[in-house]
Amino acid sequence: MADRQYELVYIVPPDTTEQQVTELHEQIEAVVSRMAGAIEKTENWGRKRLAYEIARHKEGVYVLEVINGSGELMKELDRRLRVMDLVIRHSVVRVDEEKKVVDRTRTKRTTQSERRRVKRGLPPQRQPGEGRPAGDAEDSDDDRFDGAEV
Amino acid sequence: MPFGQGRSGGRSGSRDKKPGDKEKGQRRTLFRRRKVCKFCADKIDDINYKDVKLIGPFVPERGKILPRRISGTCAMHQRKLQTAIKRARQIALIPYVTD
Repeated sequence: MADRQYELVYIVPPDTTEQQVTELHEQIEAVVSRMAGAIEKTENWGRKRLAYEIARHKEGVYVLEVINGSGELMKELDRRLRVMDLVIRHSVVRVDEEKKVVDRTRTKRTTQSERRRVKRGLPPQRQPGEGRPAGDAEDSDDDRFDGAEV
Repeated sequence: MPFGQGRSGGRSGSRDKKPGDKEKGQRRTLFRRRKVCKFCADKIDDINYKDVKLIGPFVPERGKILPRRISGTCAMHQRKLQTAIKRARQIALIPYVTD
């Protein structure tokens, strides 16, 4: 079975040192490689305000890891993160299916618009300076949420 | 009894009035701007839970999810928005409640 793709986000307290964060990352990497997975990319969002307090912290350092691997791997990773005291919150989300759907709709839209344009005798891609200039839309979103309902 | 009669009379409305009457016309002028789904209009396919900027406007002060009847979001996108908001809440990007 093809590998699945997961996104792992975890939050560590703001007072953790850089070294601790890299150590944690290495630990995760070790688990991933041991169970035949691969980390596609790692993103450190840095210090962010939490929307609510977690373990009496108001801020946290967010780290995102995109991991290709099996469900077993993520199960193990989830279990380990649950145990770790350093990680105050983590979440695992499977993304490959949704990504596929998004890609499909996107390509469908572009091919459809290209086909329509060719039918109208236009080049398939939109030329610069064509159509309504940006910011001129009559339906600007200023009063979209006016709370009015019928 | 008088209520029921009155309502049914008002409902059909045009017993003694021609269509396009003054009263009817005024009702029509109470025009509301047609609400459009933001995600359909802007062609946003992916409602990502990490994108607080995108989701934020759909979570008002109190922290509740803005209903479709107010935001005008279409059913499909509201569903996607809902999961995105719930995921974002789990990792404290968006509040569950704020008092």
